[in-house]
Amino acid sequence: MRAFSYDRASAVADAAGAEARLIAGGTNLLDLMKLEVELPTRLLDINHVGLDQITEVEGGLRLGALLRNADCAADQRVRRDYPLLARAILAGASPQLRNRATTGGNLCQRTRCGYFMRLGTRCNKREPGSGCDAIDGSNREHAIFGVSPACIATYPGDMAVALAALDASVEITGSRGGRSIPLRGFHRLPGDDPSRDNVLEPGEIITSVTLPPPVGGRQVYRKVRDRASFAFALVSVAAIIDIQSGRISRADLAFGGVAHKPWHDPEVEQALLGEVPSPVLFARAADLLVAKAKGQGENDFKIPLLRRSLIAVLAEATGV
Amino acid sequence: MPPTPPARFKVNGTPVQYGGDPRRSLLDFLRDELSLYGTKKGCDHGQCGACTVIVDGRRINSCLTLAVMQDGCQITTVEGLGSDDDLSPLQRAFIAHDGFQCGYCTPGQICSASAMIAELAEGWPSHVSDDLLSVLPTDEELRERMSGNLCRCGAYSNIIAAIRDVMPVAG
Repeated sequence: MRAFSYDRASAVADAAGAEARLIAGGTNLLDLMKLEVELPTRLLDINHVGLDQITEVEGGLRLGALLRNADCAADQRVRRDYPLLARAILAGASPQLRNRATTGGNLCQRTRCGYFMRLGTRCNKREPGSGCDAIDGSNREHAIFGVSPACIATYPGDMAVALAALDASVEITGSRGGRSIPLRGFHRLPGDDPSRDNVLEPGEIITSVTLPPPVGGRQVYRKVRDRASFAFALVSVAAIIDIQSGRISRADLAFGGVAHKPWHDPEVEQALLGEVPSPVLFARAADLLVAKAKGQGENDFKIPLLRRSLIAVLAEATGV
Repeated sequence: MPPTPPARFKVNGTPVQYGGDPRRSLLDFLRDELSLYGTKKGCDHGQCGACTVIVDGRRINSCLTLAVMQDGCQITTVEGLGSDDDLSPLQRAFIAHDGFQCGYCTPGQICSASAMIAELAEGWPSHVSDDLLSVLPTDEELRERMSGNLCRCGAYSNIIAAIRDVMPVAG
């Protein structure tokens, strides 16, 4: 690990605008610092600034940026009113990691692309302009939506996929004041600058994530991975489905493991709304979703896997 | 480099202080500076669980946190759970059930299981819980909850039997 200076922030104001890398749970950052993929020269420890609670706001819940993933998933209100979020968090990592990982840090976790994490390979995310060895390389885990000639990496997390389906918002503060943005707009597609994972500007800090009032419905998070536990998603599907008078009245969907951000496709939701649930309808929606997908070779299997996963989730959520 | 603000914390009840090179992980601090060799370095990347310790009642990977980050924390290692002549019930159960072969992962397994039993008692759900609001301590639950601790000897079934042995009877 390269040398760095360390300091401790005692309030959010110390962290907003700081010219330092912020460390919270550290489960991703320290891992990447050991690999010398991340090379911060200054670390600012934000574990003592508060922001670790859940508060009730405007009918919804505000999750502090320093709230541990384990505490979020164990919260009675989250379990009762946002089971999708609890399920997604519990599907990720290990209990030890969830005890440290935070709401804000989890949103900022970096890709698990093997080339990004291995020095001596070309990676535009790690070293802009160097190229991408994943495109013609080992790309079994890589994206099928929204890729660019510069980067085919995925955002690896689960929690954010549920937050995308829930249409949560992210509160951010910086030296020039605060702003709130939809979670669906927090992560970026790689475009020609894959070094930027999200829209945070230098000196900005996430202070909270706000969940809208509970929406009810059947909430399902299905994660498909290489082993039964403690593995990243090959694909995942987050769904909130409600049915009124025999027709689908709510279809909020998001997909993980398939893009540089939690993938959201309003066309697929529109195809389901107002319709009578049936296997034919589910197949039509899933076909619409994967029509825009493009494999990279080793990850071609993700396209039929995602199609079948969505169909299975819709069947589970509607009981059809 | 500006000076590192020292961290004052407790390890197995004993006050300690660290203000040295901020790169030192909690794991390396426990082993190299406190000579607490129970906590093991397996992967050093949070994937194997051999370094699991309990910080403020929560099990964490000590390889993925820095010693300087522990200011104000209470840390328990396997040495704090029992000693050679006064083993904890969980340690005795691991022996009784052959919950290990080489033993390298065992301190991490025991720290992890110890905190896991407390999480279950608090009603925390897991990935395999059918009902998020009412959790039953099935073997499937125990296996899922111990998935952050790898055992390359494959003593998993005996580890679960040992944990089962010391858990409060359900109901």
